[in-house]
Amino acid sequence: MSISDKLVNDLAANQVNFVTTVPCKQLGGVIDGIEKHADIKHVPCNKEDEGIGLCAGAWMGGTRPAIIMQNTAIGVTVNTLVTLTQFYRMPLPMLISYRGELREPVSCQVEMAVHTKALLDQLLIPTYHFHQESDAEEFDTILKYCFMSKKPVAILTDANFWGGY
Amino acid sequence: MIRSELLKNLYPILEKHFVVCNIGLPSQELHQLGDRENFFYMLGTMGLSSSIGFGLALNQPQTIISIDGDGSVLTNLGTLSTIGNNDADNYILFIVDNGSYGSTGDQPTYAGGRTSLTEVAKACGCENVVECQDTEGPATLQAAIDSKKKTVIVCKCESGNIKLPVIDTDPVVIRHRFMAALDAANS
Repeated sequence: MSISDKLVNDLAANQVNFVTTVPCKQLGGVIDGIEKHADIKHVPCNKEDEGIGLCAGAWMGGTRPAIIMQNTAIGVTVNTLVTLTQFYRMPLPMLISYRGELREPVSCQVEMAVHTKALLDQLLIPTYHFHQESDAEEFDTILKYCFMSKKPVAILTDANFWGGY
Repeated sequence: MIRSELLKNLYPILEKHFVVCNIGLPSQELHQLGDRENFFYMLGTMGLSSSIGFGLALNQPQTIISIDGDGSVLTNLGTLSTIGNNDADNYILFIVDNGSYGSTGDQPTYAGGRTSLTEVAKACGCENVVECQDTEGPATLQAAIDSKKKTVIVCKCESGNIKLPVIDTDPVVIRHRFMAALDAANS
């Protein structure tokens, strides 16, 4: 099974039936898998804060949500994460492409990468960094932890995890 | 007619439905008219009333009404494309279009200038878009509910505000009781 299929299967096995996404090359296989999965409603969003709003509604409507985005989105979503997801105490798994890390070819991506973990730490968001393929074994447990705790949780997946950019 | 008067006229309809209400004065005005567990008040996060409401409508069968403002829709304009391209006939976006940012002191919005949110919504793929005047607001909303079709309403009214206290109900309480009422309605 591909690593993308494993992540999609873990989402479905944890009853994550609503996923919103912005496009990403590294997470493209996961996004394709979500689009094709019969049990997951896929609603692409235009910007990540909009997507977090959709996820808040999905969860209040009784469906477990997730968002797929790049780490640049942390810069876009701080207010939404704080005043909506955290303030109203809602769970939100954030499967994130960690651009700007080892094996990154685009220098500008590094500028946001160096702030990513510090921002997540400042926001008190539990953060997991997938660097080796075997790190994905924890994804199922992380999803369970997220919905138990009713908190946003970040899963950073870097270029090395995806086998090089 | 200003927004607080419009909401007062809409209240007999809104009280029977699940409502996501925009940040600031709109939520305070709705709360003052009669606090209800089927009202989700936004205490922060300007611009996401439509997104939260649409996420709700996509994931359960009850009719969901998002009360939004022209200024808030302008901060999250992509929402109209998402609404236009995904199906949820239990969703109504009711935009109170007073051409101003009411909660911050009635600074003018571009919707009060050359921008037509009605035309933007249509161009974004929303099929049922109705522009109406404040006096027509309640009848237009009721017709949208009865049609059981996803509808965007742009209701024109005058800018202006009344003084109200902030909502001090704990956000987790607002969210929890809203979810419990929705779950009961769907059980």
